[in-house]
Amino acid sequence: MLNWLRRPKYAQVERREVPAGLWSKCPRCKALVYRKELERNLKVCPKCGYHLRLSARERIAVTFDPGSFVEHAADLDSRDILGFVGYQEKLEEAKKRTGNREACIIGEGTIEGFRVVTAVLDFPFLGGSMGTVVGEKIARAAELAMSKGLPLVTFSASGGARMQEGILSLMQLAKTSAAIGRLRDAGLAYISVLCDPTTGGVTASFAYLGDIVMAEPGALIGFAGPRVIEQTIRQKLPEGFQTAEFLLKHGMLDMVVPRTEMRSTLARLLRFFGAPRETRQEAAVP
Amino acid sequence: MVQAGEGNNTVAEELSVAPTPWEIVQIARHPKRPRVMDFVEGLFGEFTELHGDRLFGDDPAMLAGLALFEELPVAIVGHYKGKDTRENIARNFGMPHPEGYRKALRVMKLAERMRLPVISFVDTPGAYPGIGAEERGQAEAIARNLEEMSRLRTPILVVVVGEGGSGGALAIGVGDVILMCAYAIYSVISPEGCAAILWHDASRAEEAAAALKLTAEDLHRLGVVDEILPEPPGGGHLDPEALISTVRDAVRRHLALLRERPIEELLAARYEKYRRIGQLLEAPGT
Ligand SMILES: [Zn+2]
Repeated sequence: MLNWLRRPKYAQVERREVPAGLWSKCPRCKALVYRKELERNLKVCPKCGYHLRLSARERIAVTFDPGSFVEHAADLDSRDILGFVGYQEKLEEAKKRTGNREACIIGEGTIEGFRVVTAVLDFPFLGGSMGTVVGEKIARAAELAMSKGLPLVTFSASGGARMQEGILSLMQLAKTSAAIGRLRDAGLAYISVLCDPTTGGVTASFAYLGDIVMAEPGALIGFAGPRVIEQTIRQKLPEGFQTAEFLLKHGMLDMVVPRTEMRSTLARLLRFFGAPRETRQEAAVP
Repeated sequence: MVQAGEGNNTVAEELSVAPTPWEIVQIARHPKRPRVMDFVEGLFGEFTELHGDRLFGDDPAMLAGLALFEELPVAIVGHYKGKDTRENIARNFGMPHPEGYRKALRVMKLAERMRLPVISFVDTPGAYPGIGAEERGQAEAIARNLEEMSRLRTPILVVVVGEGGSGGALAIGVGDVILMCAYAIYSVISPEGCAAILWHDASRAEEAAAALKLTAEDLHRLGVVDEILPEPPGGGHLDPEALISTVRDAVRRHLALLRERPIEELLAARYEKYRRIGQLLEAPGT
């Protein structure tokens, strides 16, 4: 389980998103980019700055000091509690395709030496949706942070609550928010990073409860999805609606942080918050 | 957004002894069903409505205020759909904007300071999906309420009286005891929305209603609801006084019990109530 860092980092996503070969096509500006260069640039298009989506494993790899991440609660496994049509098959397929058991990975690691507990949502796993296990893992991450006296950093990418677990998914909004409340009472810092896309029940719970809430450039963030809003109000949505930049302008984010500056920004904030720092720093290159 | 449909009047009268989930959806949305204002007028004396969130505006979709419950001062929050079409429109069909949730929170924080129990009435299709709602942080408003309610230092009694529409319902629905009228519904997504996502066909809402497990009986079995309040045969709209009386008796009984318990014990139990949803999922052999 812990040897994933040795696997080629981007193999899975590359296979799906771009044609085989040495070149990748940017989904936004359509420029052909040398794949190695794209990876070196943390999957941000060097031509137009478009931030390609990362899986949870990729996110951990580009954020944490090499070899520092230790996963927790990896064995938590979802079941089809309600007997919801087609859910079991969807779960099995997602597990096989992503190699993960659920849409959330939690654990401990260091960012430029600062020790943190983290929870990372995995968008490729059923759209990063939050069911009972994802909610449980978020709550456990908050509790782990409290037991170790460490800050919590979460990375969200999610379509919201998982429909196939019905009301039990909805209750995860309450559970995760309550757990963050305890973390806050314990005086520990919580930084929430919203990645493309973060919508629905995840925004309406732990992801918007950070002491600091930040987002990657261009990320779609909102409570209701743009299609639902368009159908409700029966008009076109304004240009740039529900992007990270839009939310920054409306006072709903502390900052928009490019991926290439994410590590250093997090480290700076962690230092302000007095996060404990590992004394022996490991080499910065994987 | 599907509103209470016409032609439902016949549904209730033709009901067999045990209505199907889809029939229960129709009853929960019935235009003649007692609304939150009916419960407020029927249960309390000297209701004094309080207005505004002190930040942006006053949301008519959310009621908040102080009142006497049989001589005991209490705080009340609740969604309000309005009684007729004109009122429905003025009240935005009980779908709050962020300022509604922030008004409710403001009054709940007041209740905490004045040591008044909070009684919350849930009846909404959901939080409003619109441009202004997103600009002003619908997700943040809901998340904040979830966190604050999970640790509000006064008893909270929640009664789901009509539609419990996802995060927009839960945003005033975290509490110590959750009561639910027998023909109310509570769901992570509307049956129509679920059918549209699953089968790209909103007309299959009946199937979705069954799959979602959204009835009081389902929620009680899943541990989300503490007690089911029986309704007159065919639904509360056929005998509103009977339903209001049932709710009054249940509120009296539970308020007495809640007020006996030390607040620290109450808060610990409240946290545990939500925390344990989903703790049943360790993979075999771990
Ligand atoms: Zn590009």
